Amino acid sequence: MDAILEVSGLAKKFVLHQPRPTVLDVLENVNFEISPGECLVLSGPSGAGKSTLLRLLYGNYLASSGSIRVRHGQGWLELVGAEPRRVLAARRHTLGYVSQFLRVIPRVTALDIVMEPALLRGYAKKAAQAKAEALLSRLDIPEKLWSLAPGAFSGGEQQRVNIARSFMVFWPVLLLDEPTASLDDKNRQIVLELIEEAKAAGSAIVGIFHDAHALDAVASRLLHMKNEGDSPHAP
Amino acid sequence: MSALAHGMRMDAALPADVPAMENSQALMQADGLCRLFGPEQGCQDISFTLYPGEVLGLVGESGSGKSTLLSTLSGRLPPDRGRVRYRDGADWVDLYATGEGRRRALLRTQWGFVEQNPRDGLRMPVSAGANIGERLMAQGARHYGRLRQSALDWLRHVEIDISRIDDTPNAFSGGMQQRLQIARNLVSGPRLVFMDEPTGGLDVSVQARILDLLRKLVRELDLSVILVTHDLAVARLLADRLMVMRRSRIVEAGLTDQILDDPQHPYTQLLVSSILRV
Ligand SMILES: Nc1ncnc2c1ncn2[C@@H]1O[C@H](COP(=O)(O)OP(=O)(O)OP(=O)(O)O)[C@@H](O)[C@H]1O
Ligand SMILES: Nc1ncnc2c1ncn2[C@@H]1O[C@H](COP(=O)(O)OP(=O)(O)OP(=O)(O)O)[C@@H](O)[C@H]1O
Ligand SMILES: [Mg+2]
Ligand SMILES: [Mg+2]
Repeated sequence: MDAILEVSGLAKKFVLHQPRPTVLDVLENVNFEISPGECLVLSGPSGAGKSTLLRLLYGNYLASSGSIRVRHGQGWLELVGAEPRRVLAARRHTLGYVSQFLRVIPRVTALDIVMEPALLRGYAKKAAQAKAEALLSRLDIPEKLWSLAPGAFSGGEQQRVNIARSFMVFWPVLLLDEPTASLDDKNRQIVLELIEEAKAAGSAIVGIFHDAHALDAVASRLLHMKNEGDSPHAP
Repeated sequence: MSALAHGMRMDAALPADVPAMENSQALMQADGLCRLFGPEQGCQDISFTLYPGEVLGLVGESGSGKSTLLSTLSGRLPPDRGRVRYRDGADWVDLYATGEGRRRALLRTQWGFVEQNPRDGLRMPVSAGANIGERLMAQGARHYGRLRQSALDWLRHVEIDISRIDDTPNAFSGGMQQRLQIARNLVSGPRLVFMDEPTGGLDVSVQARILDLLRKLVRELDLSVILVTHDLAVARLLADRLMVMRRSRIVEAGLTDQILDDPQHPYTQLLVSSILRV
């Protein structure tokens, strides 16, 4: 299958000006490509830059150099240096991202949060709602919580709402940062099933999984990342 | 059938994969705008392009020039140098080179301006209904029944009890006044709305309600917005992209979450680190 995401020569350093000038060289010369239906798992010690890489792929962090090309619509989009509206369009249609924590918005209900990606793509509200309810049930969120804002939900419930949201629509590229971290065995199993279904439907997945069981279950390939060795240094 | 296969089918039914905004023409363009009241007081070297449906946030410390820039962009304050162009259908209008009549017409028909203090944006002596109807009347609407119906619809939209339609805004709380001001601005279907600290003077729970309302309306109406705020949480919630101002200049610009999560400029890093978590 042809690649859908191509990363080459990607580097990221953080240049921090506060409280004193410091440079963190986190990623250097990262290269990989991934095709639909594959799951690439990022592995490496804490601080190796796994989350940083996912955020770069989502356009949330700015690359220091290199290239991230993603197939979007009819063509290819170079994410490094892309205009904000292009990145946002890619996020609406191509790039899905599951953060480790749900960002709660005051007054917005769990159901609305889950439906949003579908509504942004122009789905009819009824179809979106039916799908959102099916996902919330499948992820074991009690029906009485659906119409509440998740601010007061438990950590695991919030994370499951977050996961329901990201499986609302089909993502050509899906980025997962420890999606199973705060879940019990039963829910972890459900998330692994959702990931398998996404792969089968043709999503290309880049993920971080700490537990070995999850990793074995979903990984097609591993990308080993190690600490660059450089400690933080002055510019 | 699995949930995902179902998702695929819904996707396949979509007309086009690339949304309109992505390939549409610019709506507004600023080139080298400058308006100074003193050294680094005001705004200078401001250039950017705004697209239909985009929400652009202006953030920065007090006195950095956010309100000055907003006034210059919205036809209220002529620049010393540079120009602002706005696309009206197929025409590009140079805001300060065109006649006063055209500029006023734009302000009345295609733009809205939500003031920080609702008293500056409302007509306090007239009823809520008349406040909403005014811009429609300025656009030529005369039919009383229809004006009243729009006023009722918009009161509902902004969650004000419709029994208050004949009350003057003096009798409203600050949050209600702000929601009325939003209704008054949006009723005429503007394409571009300027907002200067729209939730500035309100307490937190009232703010949340107005932000939620703005978020919905911006999306439903496909509005372009230029929003001044010093509150980065508000910027995170509403803006697609940000321009960070300091001492009259833009020091950093980009996608909102990128600016807030991976700020590059020393001043932006200071701004972001000085709040707890947004
Ligand atoms: N926004 C940021 N600003 C400054 N430094 C950052 C930022 N984000 C990450 N870093 C730094 O980059 C390095 C890599 O962090 P990252 O979160 O990518 O590691 P990780 O491999 O995901 O680790 P873990 O397994 O603990 O989640 C760390 O030193 C971290 O402090
Ligand atoms: N009409 C005016 N005459 C003289 N100086 C002015 C005038 N308007 C603004 N200034 C000055 O220009 C600078 C920028 O003011 P501006 O109101 O644009 O700041 P701001 O970023 O909106 O600040 P705030 O967040 O406090 O509202 C300030 O130093 C201000 O005193
Ligand atoms: Mg991490
Ligand atoms: Mg101001």
